Order: sequence, then C-alpha cells, then structure tokens
Amino acid sequence: MAENRQIAVMDLHKTYFLDGIEVAAVQGVSFEISRGEFTAIMGASGSGKSTLMNILGCLDRPTAGVYMLEGVDVARLSRDEMARIRNEKIGFVFQGFNLLPRTTALENAELPLYYKDGILAKERKKLAKEALRAVGLGERERHHPGQLSGGEQQRVAIARALVNNPSIVLADEPTGNLDSKSGREIIEIFQDLNAKLKKTVIFVTHDQDIAGFARRQVWLKDGVIIKDCAGGL
Amino acid sequence: MKVTVGLRISCRALLRNKIRSLLTMLGIIIGVSAVITMIGIGQGARESIKDKIAGLGTNMLLVQSGSLTRGGIRGGWGSINTLVPEDVTAIMEKCPSVALAAPVVRTTAQVVCGNLNWSTRITGTSPDYLTIRQWPIVAGKSFTDADVRYSTKVAVIGRTVAENLFPQMPSIGEIIRIKRVPFKVIGLLEEKGQSAMGTDQDDVILVPLTTARKRLLGKHSMLKQINVSAGNEALMIKAQEEITLLLRERHRIHSGKEDDFIIKNMADIQDAAVSSMKTMTIVLASIASVSLVVGGIGIMNIMLVSVTERTREIGIRMAVGARTRDILFQFLIESLVLCSAGGILGILLGISVSEVMSIFAGWSSVVSVQSIVLSFCFALVIGIVFGLYPARKASMLNPIEALKYE
Repeated sequence: MAENRQIAVMDLHKTYFLDGIEVAAVQGVSFEISRGEFTAIMGASGSGKSTLMNILGCLDRPTAGVYMLEGVDVARLSRDEMARIRNEKIGFVFQGFNLLPRTTALENAELPLYYKDGILAKERKKLAKEALRAVGLGERERHHPGQLSGGEQQRVAIARALVNNPSIVLADEPTGNLDSKSGREIIEIFQDLNAKLKKTVIFVTHDQDIAGFARRQVWLKDGVIIKDCAGGL
Repeated sequence: MKVTVGLRISCRALLRNKIRSLLTMLGIIIGVSAVITMIGIGQGARESIKDKIAGLGTNMLLVQSGSLTRGGIRGGWGSINTLVPEDVTAIMEKCPSVALAAPVVRTTAQVVCGNLNWSTRITGTSPDYLTIRQWPIVAGKSFTDADVRYSTKVAVIGRTVAENLFPQMPSIGEIIRIKRVPFKVIGLLEEKGQSAMGTDQDDVILVPLTTARKRLLGKHSMLKQINVSAGNEALMIKAQEEITLLLRERHRIHSGKEDDFIIKNMADIQDAAVSSMKTMTIVLASIASVSLVVGGIGIMNIMLVSVTERTREIGIRMAVGARTRDILFQFLIESLVLCSAGGILGILLGISVSEVMSIFAGWSSVVSVQSIVLSFCFALVIGIVFGLYPARKASMLNPIEALKYE
C-alpha cells in the first residue's frame, strides 16, 4: 500500500572527505519502511549504518539518490525546512545521549518545544513532564544529567525525542554506552513505543540480542544492504 | 523561538561564566562611562564659558579703533586709534538704542606704594564703565562724573592689584603712585577671575578718563575703545547700525570706503566660544567612543570563544529542530544582553565619575539625557555589529559536525 509507505530510499549514496581522503560510506542503498514498522539496522563499525541514520534523521544530506519521507523529497528541502522535519516528525536518540549539561532533565526534555511556534511555556512544561513520566523519570525532573545514571540519561533523551509527538523515532546505537541491563530496559521502551503508540522505530545496533527485539533486520556491509529479513522474537 | 526564551537561555549562559561575562562587559562599561563623562565635561565647560561671557553683559557692544592703511599696508584693528571722547558723547545723544557708553583709554604702568611696586593695566574711563561691565565695587566707592570733569587723581583698584600692593592692610584711602603721579585709592572692585580668553581681569586700576589722558597718556590721546550697552538684547543689532552710521558720518568716511573702527558684539563672541567648546566636546566624545569600539572587539572575541566552546550544544539544539535564525538570535541576544548590561553599568559609572570630577577636580560637568541615550544606543549598535559575526558563525554550523565536536 502506497500511503502506508512512510520512508522510501532509492539508490542512496553518501561520500564524504576525511582528511582529504574520499570515503564512500553509503553506496547505493534502497529500501522502504512502512508506518508502524520496528526495524533494526545492523552491521559492523564502518559499514555505513550511522551515516545512513543521519540521512534518515535529516541531519545530513545524501550525495546522490532519493530519500522520500512521507512523500516529500528531503534532498530538495532547505536547511530550515529540514530543521522543521527534525522538530516535528522525527525523534532522534543518540548513542552518547547528547543532553545539555548543567540543565535539568525537564528542560532537556522541553528543548524541541523551544523551537516550535505558538506554544505556551505552561503547555511546554506539561508536555515535558508527561514525556518524562512516560519513560519512568517523573521523579527526577529536577536532576541534571551529571546526577543521573547512563540508563536514566538515555531515558531523558528518549523523553526529549517524544515530547513533540513525532511519528518516527530513530536511534543510533541507543544501548551502545549502557550495560546490558539498562540496555534491555531502553530497548523495551522502544518496543512499547512501537507497540502501544504505533510509532515507526528504526534503530542501529551491532548487538545481536538487542536487534532480536525488532521485527525486521536490515544488514549493512561496506555501504550496501546484504540482508533484509523479518527478525524474530 | 520567542524573545523571552532567547533572553533566558542567554542570561543563563552568561551567568554560568560570571567573571568572564563581567570582564567582557568591562570594555563596554568603561566605554559608555567615558563617553558620558567626556560629553559631561565638554558641556560643563561650555556652560561655564557661556556664563562667564554672559557675565560681561550680553547686551554689550565693543567699539574698537580701526586699522590704519598707509601705502597699501594694512595694520590690524587698533593699529591706529581713531576714536575720540566726543564720539562717546555723540553716541549717547544720537543713538536711541544705546543706553550707556563709556570711553576707554589704556596703558600699562609701574605702580608704587611704599616699598612695594607692581606693573598693571591702567584703564581711564567714566563711571558708566562699571555699569556696562556689570562690575560692582566691594569696598569704598567708584569715582563720579564730577571726578571725570575735574580730573581728580583717584583710583579704583582690582583684587590682584590690591593683593600685590596692600598685602596686609586695607587699601582704601591709601596713596599709590602711577608713573610718579599720586592717586588716592577710593574703591576696590569685586573679584572677576579669568576672562574667557585667560587674562586676569582683576589685574587692573581704573581712573577717571580725563585724569588718565592728562597725567598718564597725553592730553590728545585717542580712545582705545568705547564700551556701549544697548537698551536691551533685542536692540543690539539696531544699536550697532546706529553707531556705525553715526561714526562713519563723524569720521567722514565716504561710501565704499572701509570703516576705521570695528564693533564687536558680545553675543557673537559668546557664540564663537561656545561653538569652539562644542567642537572640543565632539573631539572628547569621539576619543571616548574609540574605547567603546575596543570593548566591542572584546565582546566579539569572547563570543567567538563561546561559540566554539558550545559547538556541541549548538549541534544538539539543531538536531532537535533549531533553525538557522534560532541559533543566530540566541547568540545575538547574548551579545546584546552583554552590551546593554554593560551599558547600564557604564551609565551609572559615568554619572558617578562626572560627579566625582566636579567635586574633587572642580570641573563643572553636565550629564545630559542625550549623552546617556546616545552612549547606550551606541553600545547596543556595538553589540549587534560585533555579535553578528560570531552568531552567524554559530548558526551556519553543520549539525553532524557540531555533534561530533569534542
């Protein structure tokens, strides 16, 4: 079904220069993702999965190829239009959390709403509190990242990704910096988001156990897809 | 992003580095206070000069002897004395706009009293001179028209002369010798201080015109100048025209020929002095504003450091949807907050420094609303101009690279 196809990438390439050396990180990737899918992108380090994630997250532009997000060709969008998509349609969770230091959990969760027009401070606070409660951090909204454990920090980051109610949640190795127990808790949150809130979830991992939570697994090697299969619980 | 949100983010970032923010502001604080103080001092000087000249009487005209042209060589004003005492009488009689006119002859002489002596200016004039110059007597009395008529040997002395000839005793009633002619001191003039041109106005002895001419200068000596006061300030120009017409006729100057006298208007002199003070104020303020510009460079420097330090923060903000202008505004507001806070502190400092200067250095200083508004606006402009480049640099960062920045 065409209207159910949320993400479509066709022959995507990304080449960048690192110290003058040309690196072809993504070399012709094509796939589609439907609404409500739960996908893991897997591969060894250097396989191009993070580069692909950055493009899917509208943080970066492809060198060649087409990325259609809900029927819009992202490559044609301006800098600010891409920022708007990051703000409204996509929640991005990083491996390194990327929280603002010396800033409370509540304000970190609030951050995307600062860049949304026509929202009152009161409403902003309310939404951020709800998002923190949803990830089980209702009690810790006054804490700074430095006062939280790694798992808690990542949950603040998830609350931030969810606060503006995006339809897609992207995560780049969300469990990479965590012990296996916290990692499992985090991935369970993603599972819940997918199952209960019907969000499209795509996450990158190189951990086979973590990837097992996803219903679909896409394997990358040297910038191309080598396997795309239904994974299984 | 709303301005209030931007303000909050900026203030928090600035408060996080209190010492650094304060040091950065210091440039603006000093700049703004320097501009306010300098303009204050300039305007103070202008006011005091204006007052001093007004003290001479703004409805006063000075008729001076003209220039001598002989064989094509033109001397300056006063190179020949062309005015005679009869001109004074004629001016009094025939110029309706003139209230008073006093003749003036001048010489310099050694004055002796007991074993002390002093060289000073001797002015021969009529009693009206003191009225025209608005110059009261503090002790004794002035000479009268009768003294002038009978060439009495009496003198009214200025403060400086009194201090040098009578250091310990009252001068009234004492005899002084001017060019070996004995004069009785009958009055002491009020202290007038320096003139706008810097001469000591109190270093003078006034004697009746006739006595001066007969005893000190020579019977047929001409007048140096005539001091005239118009009925009021509005009559100044009219009086000037009347005097010009009358003197040209009396001195038989044909039309087309130059006047052999010159009439100086006190209001003109005041305007000239005031406008030169204005120039000085502008020069002082420009020098002070250089420090404001230097302060702006300091702001730009710190803002650039701050942008580099917070590259990761910028990356995070961009990743969650901050647009180019959101980041631009955030840093621009930060620089504006620095400048306006520095501006306000600078205004307070400037006012205090001006106060301290007038109390301790005795310089009159006028802090005007205009100078405050001007320097504050200038500080804001500095904030925008020097904040724009760092803010733009921040807003143009690539989100991926900014997030990777360590």
